Amino acid sequence: MREIGYVALNTYRETVRDKVLYNLVLFALLMISSSYVLGKISVYQEAKITKDLGLASISVFGMVIAIFIGISLVSKEIEKRTLDSVLPKPLSRVQFLLGKYFGLLQTLLVNVVVMTVGLNLLLIIMGESFEPALLKAIYLIYLKLAVLVGVAIFFSTFTSSILASLFTGFIYVAGYFSADLKNFENVVDSTFLSQVTRALYYMLPNFKNFDVKAAAVAGDPIAFSQIGWVTLYALFYITLLLTVSALIFQRRDLK
Amino acid sequence: MGILETRSLTKDYLVGSVRKRSRPALSDLNLQVEEGEIFGLIGPNGAGKTTTLKLLMGLINPTRGEATILGRPIDDIEMKRQVGYLPEHPYFYDYLTGRELLTYFAQLFGLNRFERRERVEELLDKVGIGEVADVQLRKYSKGMTQRLGIAQALVNSPKLVFFDEPMSGLDPIGRREMTHLVRELRDSGVTVFFSSHILSDVEQLCDRVGILNQGRLVELGALARILEVSVREVEVVAENVSEELEAKICVKSSAFRRTGERCEIVFADTYTFDATLPLFVERGARLVSVHRVRRTLEDYFVREIAAAVEP
Repeated sequence: MREIGYVALNTYRETVRDKVLYNLVLFALLMISSSYVLGKISVYQEAKITKDLGLASISVFGMVIAIFIGISLVSKEIEKRTLDSVLPKPLSRVQFLLGKYFGLLQTLLVNVVVMTVGLNLLLIIMGESFEPALLKAIYLIYLKLAVLVGVAIFFSTFTSSILASLFTGFIYVAGYFSADLKNFENVVDSTFLSQVTRALYYMLPNFKNFDVKAAAVAGDPIAFSQIGWVTLYALFYITLLLTVSALIFQRRDLK
Repeated sequence: MGILETRSLTKDYLVGSVRKRSRPALSDLNLQVEEGEIFGLIGPNGAGKTTTLKLLMGLINPTRGEATILGRPIDDIEMKRQVGYLPEHPYFYDYLTGRELLTYFAQLFGLNRFERRERVEELLDKVGIGEVADVQLRKYSKGMTQRLGIAQALVNSPKLVFFDEPMSGLDPIGRREMTHLVRELRDSGVTVFFSSHILSDVEQLCDRVGILNQGRLVELGALARILEVSVREVEVVAENVSEELEAKICVKSSAFRRTGERCEIVFADTYTFDATLPLFVERGARLVSVHRVRRTLEDYFVREIAAAVEP
């Protein structure tokens, strides 16, 4: 178990120092700040616009960061051959994979915390309070990103870094239209197509489950039971993705 | 039982994007490396040297065959605690420093905080990168990265260490230091297995070598034996060689040249020379010098490998 911790710590060190990541976080903070200007031009809606755009920025930039660091998990390590010196050490491939995953979650957490602090500061400047509902929404965004890193790790185990990022982006978008996939079978005549869309509906994570931004901004209650269920839902997908990834990675030749 | 043994170790790759076909990278490798020796694996590019090392390190899976290191299968985690490995053209994490990387690897080997600090400092000093220990690795030159690669291969004080092209990227001073290091390791009881295409290094260092060509082991044994058996010629300088003797020698020698009083004669091998020697004595010729030409490994390599490649 200690090996997983060592891999996680050094993965965190490696990714958190990447300058591209700084630029992404900086850009996210700029986006959050720009919501202040937009708020000014919408009468009586300043705080709402700021919260709305702030959460959306955390979600979108979090997604970009998750894909960016996620692809570094395996495919980049194979392409750069850093794995050649790590895997002959006394640790299994599964330990390596888990260590990388937890290290990236740590990096992601730091980024989400920085963006959250940025949003909070902006709200304080505007004389608004930072409500717990916003924290609940941000927690679910983080869970969604944790699933997305799992998707990235899955694709990383068998394809190149560019393709892995494209596929992960595709799954992210498709995961938002999960409900539409279910409806799709009602509007097509082809049995084959409806079977495919039904299979996709059950296979893909429904990212809308993680989206409580509207309720958080409007001040509607977000039940802890809902958060609990979404947490279990995320854990299920993460476990599934990591298990399949480990099985593929275990057999992969690192030429 | 050797410290390393392979039995029919084979690796085939599937090549071709549409019609997949199998391309052998290594075929039926049977090898035994003894404890405490320096073993060199040599061969031209694409001979299967790196494939062999990657198989032994568990980076690729064999198509068939098996191997044991320290008596344990190659996927055994406990065995890995006693083994070091320097990959070919090593590359490490850009944003870690040299010291952090060595500490990270020492952690994976289970060294405690005190042992780690001591070992890391010792190795940084040994490979000569102490001054850049706290610089991020993206700023390292090729030579520095190679030195760090050597240090990380030794972080666990291994019993058996694998070096894939250890001299690559090193300047002449670095290569000399590496030679010293390999000898030092052997003297302290460490078994060294290295692959190289720099034959002078192999000649200088190795007790035994294996020669790979097109994925097959074509020679295995003590370097002296391989060179002795394979190629050797005898150059003789003699005086007072009569025309009658010259005629007899010319039949047996591969070259004959008369320069004034002296004759330079080349015999293709020692057996021919030994058979001709009584003639010199009987006919009153005087031998000025006899030089048994010991071919370098490079000569052998070019001749044997080229012969194997030619149809």
